[in-house]
Amino acid sequence: MQREADGTDALRLDGNAAAGILSEIFVPDLTTARATCAGCGATREMGALLVYAHGMGMVVRCPGCDAVVLVVARAGPRLWLDLTGARRIVVPAVPPA
Amino acid sequence: MTIAWRVATVADVVAETPRARTILLDVPGWPGHRAGQHVDVRLTAEDGYQAERSYSIASAPEDARVALTIERLDDGEVSPYLADALRAGDPLELRGPIGGYFVWDLAVGGPLLLVAGGSGIVPLMAMLRHRAAALRMAAAVGGPDGDARRRVPARLLYSARTWDDVIYRDELERLAAEDPTLEVVLTLTRETSAAWTGFRRRIDRMMLAEVAWPPAERPHVFVCGPTPLVEAVAAALVELGHEPARVKTERFGPTGEGR
Repeated sequence: MQREADGTDALRLDGNAAAGILSEIFVPDLTTARATCAGCGATREMGALLVYAHGMGMVVRCPGCDAVVLVVARAGPRLWLDLTGARRIVVPAVPPA
Repeated sequence: MTIAWRVATVADVVAETPRARTILLDVPGWPGHRAGQHVDVRLTAEDGYQAERSYSIASAPEDARVALTIERLDDGEVSPYLADALRAGDPLELRGPIGGYFVWDLAVGGPLLLVAGGSGIVPLMAMLRHRAAALRMAAAVGGPDGDARRRVPARLLYSARTWDDVIYRDELERLAAEDPTLEVVLTLTRETSAAWTGFRRRIDRMMLAEVAWPPAERPHVFVCGPTPLVEAVAAALVELGHEPARVKTERFGPTGEGR
């Protein structure tokens, strides 16, 4: 794979690794949310997706087709979220207290 | 909800191996955690430069203090500070607990198969500590302890370089000695002593076939360690017939920085 050749393979992690930065945007824990990849249509728990950590943020990819599902990055005082690659994200509802 | 950054205080530091030590923390307002979760730790330099890393929680939810076990990586940006410089009384900025995917508790059930490489033992140790505490509690309230244990038999397959690199070695021996439904299997990939009679190779499919429950038993599997080990183990387990969705992984990256 290209990624292995250029060395970014070294940074491959699990969806869990993006949980901290995503908690700055989303109320529920997204690692147990089910995301449907816009590339291949496969649905998995976000914790089961692959994360490539970069200096500024995280690129979340589908382990099935390698498409980018989600990008979250820190840009100065802002967080940048790109969900183009996620057709749908289903979050477990919090039961009423 | 944004998970708040908190300033914890180092209560104690305990040496585990020549390269790893455990930091016991008092965390004001800690909401409690589940075994397998992690925290983000943030260090701020005098010039304002910040570095952030994730570390698995080693302690059980039942324990009084939050424990992190840090292995020193010589080229690491954060781990040398945590593994060498931090002292009791020092403040440490962290947020957590984080992540609900790589977690296990008694309610999830068993059999429980844990596979660790190096400091990948840390979140799996939280699971074993929680399991032991929860079973002790079940016994104390007069519950059917034996039944509970049979429902959640656990096996740990743990790859370390040498006998001296085995983190939590004494505690693992003790836990296995007092619990017939817990098996701990070590493989020591660089041990030179002839006294070691166990496995001496990297975890492979044959070893997993020998140690793991058959796929028909539908074990809950948690694999944590350096990325190459995690990917090799997860692929071998799926080849052996385990359901991919029951094999949960936590990679640290090949340098091992973090977790």
